[in-house]
Amino acid sequence: MADNDRGAPPSVDTSLDSTLDSVDNAEELVLQIAGQAGVHEDDMHKIGMAVREAMVNAVVHGNRYNANKRVRLTVGVDAGRLTIRIADQGEGFDMSMLPDPLAEENLLRQSGRGILLIRAFVDRFHVRRLEPSGTEVTLVKYLSQSA
Amino acid sequence: MSVKLTTRQVGDVTVIDAAGRITLGEGSSVFRDSIRDLSAAGNKKILLNLGEVTYIDSSGIGELVSAFTTVTNHGGSLKLLNLTKRVQDLLQITKLFTVFEVHDDEATAIRSFA
Repeated sequence: MADNDRGAPPSVDTSLDSTLDSVDNAEELVLQIAGQAGVHEDDMHKIGMAVREAMVNAVVHGNRYNANKRVRLTVGVDAGRLTIRIADQGEGFDMSMLPDPLAEENLLRQSGRGILLIRAFVDRFHVRRLEPSGTEVTLVKYLSQSA
Repeated sequence: MSVKLTTRQVGDVTVIDAAGRITLGEGSSVFRDSIRDLSAAGNKKILLNLGEVTYIDSSGIGELVSAFTTVTNHGGSLKLLNLTKRVQDLLQITKLFTVFEVHDDEATAIRSFA
């Protein structure tokens, strides 16, 4: 975790293995920064879950546990917001092709709720296709709305 | 801590007391195996007590759904007991409150199977 002499908020820019251990590590790293940024406990849980879901998507669906592929995690606090970016090196996906997990016919599906939960738990969620391959998701939590 | 499951019998209802985390990996596979074994052994009335579950992710939610369909497909019923606020919120967000029968009192839950 980086922190400069002028007392700027801590930040992270790190590369993680495509393993489930990285999911835990990422959640822990983000929550450390969120805690230092004064995020309320209830929001800490939501941020942790959102990071967890995004990391699982990157490791499992993006990089498919490929040991040669990495997940880049960047976290920063700026202008009253906590911004988290998670980028994989997978083949990417089309959001519009994902089944709606709230549709009656999908309620009993075992998977497909990760992005729904991310959207519920952060204030902004953005997905970007990377070139030549990969997906970057950006999660933003406004600190002023933590209560 | 991964999930710890303790099974007890109350009349003809099998109560599973779950504690810990139901998340992708060991937690979800332990949970899946236990439900499958109970169903295969002929347990048709299953009450899942989630009061001591500290964390469920989308994979854990998927395991709850899978447990529901496994038990239902074996001709049984699975109900939930003692949801924490966080788990309640997850079921609300995912609209699974419309699928699961949820109780906050064990005696009432047991009677509901009759």
